[in-house]
Amino acid sequence: MGKSRTKFGRNSKRVAVLVATRKGAFILHGDAKRSRWRIDGPHFLGHIIHHLVLDPRDGRTLLAAAKTGHLGPTVFRSKNLGRSWSEAKKPPAFAKAKKGETGRSVDHTFWLTPCHASEPGAWYAGTSPQGLFRSDDGGDTWRPFPSVNDDAQFRQWMGSVQDGTPDGPKLHSIIVDPRDPKHLYFGMSGGGVHESTDGGKSWRPLVRGMQVVEGFDPANIAFHDPHCLRMCPTNPDRLYQQNHCGIYRIDRPDDTWSRIGKRMPKGVGDVGFTMVVHPRDADTAWVLPMDGQTVWPRTSPGGRPAVYVTRDAGKSWKRLDAGMPRSQAWWTVKRQAMSADRGDPVGLYFGTTSGELWMSRDEGRRWEPIARHLPEIYAVEAAELR
Amino acid sequence: MKVLIPSPLLSYTSVKEVHATGRDLSALLVDLDRQFPGIRFRVVDEQDRLRPHMRFFVNGEQVFDLATALTPRDEVTLVQALSGG
Repeated sequence: MGKSRTKFGRNSKRVAVLVATRKGAFILHGDAKRSRWRIDGPHFLGHIIHHLVLDPRDGRTLLAAAKTGHLGPTVFRSKNLGRSWSEAKKPPAFAKAKKGETGRSVDHTFWLTPCHASEPGAWYAGTSPQGLFRSDDGGDTWRPFPSVNDDAQFRQWMGSVQDGTPDGPKLHSIIVDPRDPKHLYFGMSGGGVHESTDGGKSWRPLVRGMQVVEGFDPANIAFHDPHCLRMCPTNPDRLYQQNHCGIYRIDRPDDTWSRIGKRMPKGVGDVGFTMVVHPRDADTAWVLPMDGQTVWPRTSPGGRPAVYVTRDAGKSWKRLDAGMPRSQAWWTVKRQAMSADRGDPVGLYFGTTSGELWMSRDEGRRWEPIARHLPEIYAVEAAELR
Repeated sequence: MKVLIPSPLLSYTSVKEVHATGRDLSALLVDLDRQFPGIRFRVVDEQDRLRPHMRFFVNGEQVFDLATALTPRDEVTLVQALSGG
């Protein structure tokens, strides 16, 4: 895994960019050179789609995490790249509370991760409020993880709805070690980073070295707010993290995160939501900083958006903004809304809160918009079709 | 009994008026879900609470309790409450 590279040109694999938005889902089909794009959609117009993910094990199956402003959450599935959809028989839902107790209800499924390559048809889901779920039948029925959802300690770390993001607290960044299907990570906003080595039966926090908002105690897991975790495909012992309080890297079995964002320019800072890793080079990662000062505008710093890349595992960072607006661009890119394909050179994609989809064919040196006037973009996934 | 379906749920029923049975609203929802799989969870959460913007009217009168008893001659209207301006 991870060492394959995709050449773009004749007979190459095609990339599809899966775009989840506040008003539906869109699929952009690229040509062989990733230079022309055909937009397919909207799928589920009016539905809030938090994540749209292709199953890499078959290259055809799509899962979409959906809800509307009024109706409850659900998961839709397609086995033919969106030509037809079916709804999950049993979407992610918390266990029914005992009599006299107040139970939680899933507001929306926020994150979808295919399970290990050796587990075809199996998926993980993270929800808001924070919950972890698994399906073993291609996303048709989902079962909760009591070890997370109903565990008293976890519930304390999750806090209340008031402790979450403006759009609700999230369980996100579910990561499966490609060497071991039982080795899992996830992040909670808020509630820290957690690791399991037994397939989710038990968990332990992995927050050492991570900072929290000034005045709070970093020893309290509840105060940790990882925004996005990524594992390097060619070195699964290395994880990167964009946090509410900086950019981090960890090299397992070390259990301490190191704040690599300190090397970012002072005027830009190292706050953001999203982070992407190179499919073949574990020293290369990209971030898209935002303004996290004072009241947290959550916009491009100074109205001048830019991607930053490190090619040395966080020792240094370089600004990549060729083609992007030079001023008065106040958008944000959410935690799921940036992705990389496996091309050589790597293609990068991000979607903005103002409904623009941008791409770079050369690992970030030059950027251009490939779709405009979409609804607010929640998630972007570059997927390789078969 | 007759059940009127709001437009956001027509993807399940295809028609605005359906028939379902049940001795109370809770049972009625079970029968609706049997006929139109998935519809119940869009209306009621896993703790059997009516979702925030969903409302039931029985014979024109708003009811909030899913244990509200029904008879075969009742007319039930499921409404998506307006909100957000």
